[in-house]
Amino acid sequence: MNAQSTDIATYNFAYLDEQTKRMIRRAILKGIAIPGYQVPFASREMPMPYGWGTGGVQVTASIIGPDDVLKVIDQGADDTTNAVSIRAFFKKVAKVDVTTETARATIIQTRHRIPEQPLTASQVLVFQVPIPEPLRFLEPRETETRKMHALEEYGLMHVKLYEDIAKHGRIATTYAYPVKVEGRYVMDPSPTPKFDNPKMHRSPALQLFGAGREKRIYAVPPFTDVVSLDFEDHPFEVQTFDQPCALCGAENVYLDEVILDDHGGHMFVCSDTDHCEKRQADGQHGHLAPETHSASGKMEPVE
Amino acid sequence: MTDEPLLRVSALSKFYGSRVGCENVTFDLWPGEVLAVVGESGSGKTTLLNCLSTRLLPSSGTASYRMRDGQRRELYRMSEAERRFLMRTDWGFVHQNPADGLRMTVSAGANVGERLMAVGDRHYGRIRATAVDWLSRVEIDDDRIDDEPRAFSGGMRQRLQIARNLVTGPRLVFMDEPTGGLDVSVQARLLDLLRGLVTDLGLAAIVVTHDLAVARLLSQRMMVMKDGRVVESGLTDRVLDDPRAPYTQLLVSSILQV
Repeated sequence: MNAQSTDIATYNFAYLDEQTKRMIRRAILKGIAIPGYQVPFASREMPMPYGWGTGGVQVTASIIGPDDVLKVIDQGADDTTNAVSIRAFFKKVAKVDVTTETARATIIQTRHRIPEQPLTASQVLVFQVPIPEPLRFLEPRETETRKMHALEEYGLMHVKLYEDIAKHGRIATTYAYPVKVEGRYVMDPSPTPKFDNPKMHRSPALQLFGAGREKRIYAVPPFTDVVSLDFEDHPFEVQTFDQPCALCGAENVYLDEVILDDHGGHMFVCSDTDHCEKRQADGQHGHLAPETHSASGKMEPVE
Repeated sequence: MTDEPLLRVSALSKFYGSRVGCENVTFDLWPGEVLAVVGESGSGKTTLLNCLSTRLLPSSGTASYRMRDGQRRELYRMSEAERRFLMRTDWGFVHQNPADGLRMTVSAGANVGERLMAVGDRHYGRIRATAVDWLSRVEIDDDRIDDEPRAFSGGMRQRLQIARNLVTGPRLVFMDEPTGGLDVSVQARLLDLLRGLVTDLGLAAIVVTHDLAVARLLSQRMMVMKDGRVVESGLTDRVLDDPRAPYTQLLVSSILQV
């Protein structure tokens, strides 16, 4: 290994050793060949706790090359602890270029969001997955759930949706909303809001899912059908927001509620920080955008 | 009535190592017929039932079943997918302990609806209407439809389990001590209900029980088992009124008279 002689500890490119990367790449290839199927793999210990994205990091480490540009988001944001740490990690162990710009990235590792800007065929989206088995909370036995997948026995998934409607009058599942991939496997899209489910359908980008603790990898190849499960008389629908982003004025995007003070003040802003910043740089403003405060008298009627 | 049996069992044996589960069991079951399998505990009743319902694979012997399309199929030659499909459409299995046959953490309505969803029904309103209908047929008030079975009494759970099994209109139902563990008044009502359903729907059933009264009330024919073998079989009334095998005579004479 061409370690720099001055370094005390050195790592192989992208932290994992080459044999491990080959093993993970084989799992990824199998996952791509069988869209939505959970491929077991020998998950490694990573220098971070389970639940912080060990699966996603291993997938990223196995596919990243020196020319890649990496973006990492955590709940849509580039500036949260998890995103910053993982970005710094790959900057250090793979010396790759990192970015917060969605359009510039070739690999986007994500925890629980899909960027608002449509992805392209030259991009790969890597999801961090806590519990890959969509049937897990309905059927605790792994032997049984694997058999159910094998025999395509998915009635149970609708039992969950039935329960939602019976209890809440509508399908109340808002995240980790089960999807059927290419008409065959039912898959957990990871805990992304169901708002993002339609973006997975026939996406030109390759989507890879890594679950480190549960030791599973699965994939949705480009231009694959991803259909959210529903009932004929209770069709799938995404969340809607009754106001635009307070900072950039964007509509039809996923918003986070941010508490502003101790007196109940709050605002809704884009969860995708890159999208929001880009819109503000382009001169789009919401009613609470910093620039509009000085001109608030003029801006207020816009509401 | 057709002239072909629904289920044809031939020389069925199941061994657990050197121990005998059941040995050399042969019988035919006709459409709409209720067969009781009686015997003391350990006599192989449940092993036989599990083999017939393909929950266990026998060591030797065959069983063939006449499918809805009239074709005869060897049960133990079918693929697991086919067997499981049969299990949730054309068959039912009523466990002694309702918790084994129900999903205790989902509502009564979803328990009844699960089989419908499993065979592809995707209309909530229709599924729910069917569930309401079935709950009323097993005498569960429709305001309990969204309660979990955990909140139900033992008798209600057993009735819910029966509704859950019958919702897809099965032709053959396996019952393992369906009234076991219930007090006598609840047992009586459950038996009454079962008898009504079996007659109305023209169900064939294999009922495993150690309770001869249950056998007398529900079944037309019975088999008496001891040590894994069938010691006597025949019309229920004949076997109970005129038992021939010494063991059956002992069994019948052991019934407590109140």
